[in-house]
Amino acid sequence: MKTLSFIEDIGRRSPRFDAPDKARGKEKFASDLYPENLLWAGALRAGIPHGEIRSIIVDRALSMAGVHAVLTRKDVPGPNRQGFVYWDMPVLCGKKVRHAGDAVALVIAETREILAKALESIQVDISPLPVVDSIDAALSDQAPKVHDLTTGNLLKAATITKGDPAVLATCDILLEEYFSTPVQEHAYLETENGVARLDKEGILHLIVSTQAPFRDRLEIARALGLDPGKIHITAPYLGGGFGGKDGATVQCLLALAALHAKGRPVKMWWDREESMVAGYKRHAARMHYCLGAKKDGELVALKCEIDYDTGAYAHLGVEIMALGLEHAAGPYRIPNMEAKGRCIYTNNPIAGAFRGFGVAQVSFAFEGMMDRLALKLNMDPLALRRKNALIRGDKNCADITMTHSTGMAECLLRLADHYLWTDRGKWVAAAPRFKRRGVGISAVFNGMGYGHGLPDYAVAKVRLTQSGTIRVYNGVSDMGQGNASTFVQMAVEILCQDRENMELVQPDTDRTHPSGSSSAGRTTYTYGNALIKACTALRDKLCNRAALMLLMDDARGFAMVPGAVRHLATGKEISLAALAAIMHPEDRLCVADHLMVTTPEMPQGGEAFSLGFPHLIYPFAAHLARVEVDELTGGVCVKDYLAFTDGGRVLNPQTFEQQVQGAVAQGIGYALCEAVQTTQSLISTRDLSTYILPTSLDLPDIQSHCVETIEHSGPFGMKGIGEVGLNGPLPAIGSALIHAGLPMNRAPFTPERILAALQGQADKKKEPPCR
Amino acid sequence: MQIKFTLNHQPVTLEADPSMRAIDLLREHCGLTGPKEGCSTGECGACAVWINGVTRLSCLMLAAQLQGQSVVTVEGVNPDSPDTLHPVQEAFVNCGAVQCGYCTPGMIMTAAQLLACERTPSRERIREAISGNLCRCTGYHKIVDAVEAAAQAMDREIS
Repeated sequence: MKTLSFIEDIGRRSPRFDAPDKARGKEKFASDLYPENLLWAGALRAGIPHGEIRSIIVDRALSMAGVHAVLTRKDVPGPNRQGFVYWDMPVLCGKKVRHAGDAVALVIAETREILAKALESIQVDISPLPVVDSIDAALSDQAPKVHDLTTGNLLKAATITKGDPAVLATCDILLEEYFSTPVQEHAYLETENGVARLDKEGILHLIVSTQAPFRDRLEIARALGLDPGKIHITAPYLGGGFGGKDGATVQCLLALAALHAKGRPVKMWWDREESMVAGYKRHAARMHYCLGAKKDGELVALKCEIDYDTGAYAHLGVEIMALGLEHAAGPYRIPNMEAKGRCIYTNNPIAGAFRGFGVAQVSFAFEGMMDRLALKLNMDPLALRRKNALIRGDKNCADITMTHSTGMAECLLRLADHYLWTDRGKWVAAAPRFKRRGVGISAVFNGMGYGHGLPDYAVAKVRLTQSGTIRVYNGVSDMGQGNASTFVQMAVEILCQDRENMELVQPDTDRTHPSGSSSAGRTTYTYGNALIKACTALRDKLCNRAALMLLMDDARGFAMVPGAVRHLATGKEISLAALAAIMHPEDRLCVADHLMVTTPEMPQGGEAFSLGFPHLIYPFAAHLARVEVDELTGGVCVKDYLAFTDGGRVLNPQTFEQQVQGAVAQGIGYALCEAVQTTQSLISTRDLSTYILPTSLDLPDIQSHCVETIEHSGPFGMKGIGEVGLNGPLPAIGSALIHAGLPMNRAPFTPERILAALQGQADKKKEPPCR
Repeated sequence: MQIKFTLNHQPVTLEADPSMRAIDLLREHCGLTGPKEGCSTGECGACAVWINGVTRLSCLMLAAQLQGQSVVTVEGVNPDSPDTLHPVQEAFVNCGAVQCGYCTPGMIMTAAQLLACERTPSRERIREAISGNLCRCTGYHKIVDAVEAAAQAMDREIS
């Protein structure tokens, strides 16, 4: 690549720092590591969604040449428990299996071929228990318990209340609907994997495709009864994450395998099928909404009930439900709300964190209600949203005062001016024969950061190296979103260096500092705030040391320039390499931390959640979809897509667009074709020919525009937009369909469902009335 | 079995199990981890390489099938000046077509082959050509931008 001669500072559309090596195929992902003399580890999956283990006979596997160890529950040294808040997930199941992807044995072998044969030869006798395959089955009186909870299969129930929800009954307009959303697969192209090795000093080294290396260290230590100080984790660039690598995947299994590998490195790499069977998913949800409004469209009250199927283990299910409740009524001014949530165990695949974290589900419901209200009132759906959109000083539906950047109304205003909206009538009328067209919009938001109860902090470290380069020690995994590159850009901005003078270290529990997980739209925000402090301290220090060298009174009048520090009045310079040579290595280092602000407000009922609720800062977005329906096949095609996003100040327009376009693509898949299918809790979509991801032919060009508010608490005024873009497409496409005469209450909008709607069959499953 | 073939423009002779998959031979024996494994069943395109100049999925080929062939991976896509980027690689970097980067090598092989056959493909044609390569991060928009930009850059070079 040609050397770029300008400083790639903040606000510039800069190519990503990590892009050249990735384009060359040089970047080493965890899965690209094949250390010498390695062994392969693999887990035997239960294959039965619910049952009691009677016996596991491993003799045949153990006697095979090339098999090093076959491990079961009795070989797990510690409490064998994994999880975030609820430690409910075994590393290896001993007595009971709760979903078909549960690991029951772990094999270590010389080659993948031997590993596969050894896994096949293990005889597991599981006595099946009745399968809890749905929310209804889980809540029935006779339901077998997935876990031994006094509340049956109800992991958590909570109700958030604002104002007086009883006024709902007296509203001019009252609408009631049921919605449901499917299980979605993260489907990162690099499946779960890592390598591990126990060294002679007893240190366990892991290189893992993970969003949370520092949390992994504690989790492995806890689950296996090890000393966290003797666990070293490195997180190279991930081949995608989206939430699915936040939590235990291969970590504890790999660590356990390494303990039995006599110092040899062990590699574990789930294939696509194992990733689908054992990996985490987005929670399926069903939602019952009752919305009340005035005749002029002013929202008055919402009552809703939202159930999330968390599958066999809690993961972050309760926190996901909490966000669902927090966002239940949308980015609108609504004085009264009662949102009831339940998070429910079943024997289905494990649901966990996924971009849009509980909000993607409710976005479909609250925006579906807005479109139905607009139709009922014969009102412009965009005008209805603008009328109710949150502005600074309002309290949102979770009773949190909007004290930070609030660009919802501006996003809608910009969208209203766009030709894709203003020309919609002409476009719809020009539909060819047997095609039906609709234009839909959505307004969405997504709380940023961990929220109340879990300190959202990061510790940044930056160093002037011996050779005079600047090295940034990134403490938060880069799963593809580009945070690491943005950190370089921030350091470049403050230290005024060429990119060629920058180095980057990826998360490593020995070299970088604990900075939380790559998640929740917090990554660039929190670490970035810490990094600004660290870089500013380094800049001041370098100017000060330059003053010493150049015999000036103090650091005033010095500035950093590429490769050097300059005294502006005299033009005297000292190169960074020369400065580095006289500075002690410890003096060439700056470390600083940042803790995200949280809200002191707690909505009524919010005490039920120990962490992750509520939020203070929200990015917002308004989306538009132009949709064409084939009346003969039921196929739905998104012809044009447009997104306006309020992410505060944009640090790099290219990375900003990447996040929006990628989230929209995943959201269009969620709306049209993606659904994990299960029968009696057994997955039938086990590969990428049955679980359908959008290809380049299934997606339109995605126009992304920023609405630049300024988020004063954020680094250079930004806030995180990794999640909010996913929440828009499902409701925007749903909106387009309803305005084309096809109200849809169940996602995804498959051709079968569209055909049924075209034939006038209501898309409403009979659901129980309001609880 | 002894397997002789040309790998990234250099002759190689390897002793390997002929029933081993080509992708494993390339990644584990030859140390070329540019070709990625995303599905093992020919659905994602991340393992795409050129066999005699044609894009093929190395997860669906056996080592023995490489016998006597010319194999090019993303590492060898720019043989004349290995230190610089091929115009397609450069366009991927500059247009923001790389996010997690895991689909990138396969995508680049597919795109570069398209541009070897067609000088100025339309966006629709580009979308068609890369439709066998899945990407979960970008929504393809910037990948199409990049292939378009690379086509223009290469077209300028030729004319």
